[in-house]
Amino acid sequence: MIKVDNLKKSFGAKRAVDGVSFTVERGEVLGFLGPNGAGKSTTMRMVTGFIPPSEGKVSVGGFDMLEQPLPAKRLIGYLPENAPSYNDMTVHGFLSFTAEIRGMTGDTKKKAVDRVVEMCFLESVIHQSVDTLSKGYRHRTCFAQSIIHDPDVLVLDEPTDGLDPNQKHEVRSLIRRMGEKKAIIFSTHILEEVDAVCSRAIIIDRGRIVANWTPAQLRQQSELAGAVTLKATGVTSEHAQERLRTAAGVKNVSVVQKLPNLAWLRVYPASKEMNGALAREVASVAASQGWKIEELHTEEGRLDEVFRNITMTDTNKAPQS
Amino acid sequence: MNGFSTIKTITRRELGSYFSSPVAYVFIVIFLALCGIFTFLLGGFFERGEASLVRPFFDWHPWLYLFLVPAAGMRVWAEERRLGTLELLLTMPVTPWQAIVGKFLASWLFLIIALALTFPTVITVCYLGKPDMGTIITGYLGSALLAGAYLAVTCMTSAMTRNQVISFIVSVVICFFLIAVGWPPVTTFFSGLLPDRLVDLISTFSVLPHFAGFQRGVIDSRDVVFFVSIMGFALFCTGVIIRNIRSGH
Repeated sequence: MIKVDNLKKSFGAKRAVDGVSFTVERGEVLGFLGPNGAGKSTTMRMVTGFIPPSEGKVSVGGFDMLEQPLPAKRLIGYLPENAPSYNDMTVHGFLSFTAEIRGMTGDTKKKAVDRVVEMCFLESVIHQSVDTLSKGYRHRTCFAQSIIHDPDVLVLDEPTDGLDPNQKHEVRSLIRRMGEKKAIIFSTHILEEVDAVCSRAIIIDRGRIVANWTPAQLRQQSELAGAVTLKATGVTSEHAQERLRTAAGVKNVSVVQKLPNLAWLRVYPASKEMNGALAREVASVAASQGWKIEELHTEEGRLDEVFRNITMTDTNKAPQS
Repeated sequence: MNGFSTIKTITRRELGSYFSSPVAYVFIVIFLALCGIFTFLLGGFFERGEASLVRPFFDWHPWLYLFLVPAAGMRVWAEERRLGTLELLLTMPVTPWQAIVGKFLASWLFLIIALALTFPTVITVCYLGKPDMGTIITGYLGSALLAGAYLAVTCMTSAMTRNQVISFIVSVVICFFLIAVGWPPVTTFFSGLLPDRLVDLISTFSVLPHFAGFQRGVIDSRDVVFFVSIMGFALFCTGVIIRNIRSGH
């Protein structure tokens, strides 16, 4: 549905987006990650046709955004960053306006407005003017606007920004539900959302895509992935560390935290494809030595660590001109 | 959805947003009060002893509009940029032209409504004597065109900035220029320095001689073309400015 090909955008001498390519098909939810100023919003603005790219192509549903902007835009629902809406209008007035712009009239319009009001829990504020609303409601009003025409493509720039935890949860499950039938791109700073919502994640840094994986693959990149964490009593940390180092398939053992009555260790595997073998090995060592296991599990890897590694190493590289 | 109904939707929203805030009512009250003051006190409506609106009423309009039209139009694009709704509007299936024309028409319609509310002055004249209705009608037509020309300039300055105050000031300056080049005190000043033909040429850029035709009851196609081309040119510039905003220059 969305095809982005070698997209570039310069603002003066500064290159904000530098050769971004990706595709999103129906049924996919693409998470867009990256540090502030990495080019996420600029990319989304180009995908939605607000900013023309300096180079490269965007096509949505087969329509080129530069050559056939109107049919392309009809397919898209867009929630811009900071969720802008017309402050002097009521929620109902605003949603009716957006429905009309999308070509709906009469009964169709009324049904569409009612549907999104229900989906976004706006019943209680429907006749209030937008500038009297709290941030959460304002955000949901703009979100409602983006889905009013039940678009095939949704582009959401930080859809959960400024929402309370319950609202975040609602919006995420909404995105996940809609993602079954639509092509969705959404950007976020919150890594747990990637797990909760995305089928694929792109990490963008300094205008370039530095990773394009599923959340599971992404976590695999973590050093922690595949490591076994052990908490045991009846042994000192040092002794357990010494003993485990010599166990089969172990690369290294570190002490997570030094505690008086508890050995808390992390055992790193020699290869990443051990699939629980390392945990069994650690368990058998513990059993043979008579340590009492409090906790034993294999780490899946942590997204924040991967995110930091990928985006930090890049900032250390020589800056491109 | 065709382009025309998109424009209509935008125009209706914009016009609605004028009347949903106190701005519209404050504006209309001030406009009518100033019209009354200028016509009856400064314009010497009663002292003239003639049943005509030409001098006491319409003569003031270029000066009245100089401040009131920029005040009414300064928010048109500046507010849209400040709130970020420009991004929303232009990512909907709307061409920039539809947005520009729709917004302009809404503000123009608003000014025309304010202008139409001066009808008691017309009734007064009719009550007191037998005015030439033709000159009144053409006067109103000219006044509406004049307001439209100023408004288009204001739309342009409004697109230049997020700040309504800057938009207002720049717009007043440009509109003042459009008056001043044909204002007798200025033209007499220049006629001492420049050849007459050049002075004449410069003064054709002023709204005053073009508005004067309408006041006399004459609808000259050249005057209509003048006002319409100011609107066209200013709205074209608005389009260029908006394209530049989007490209990030």
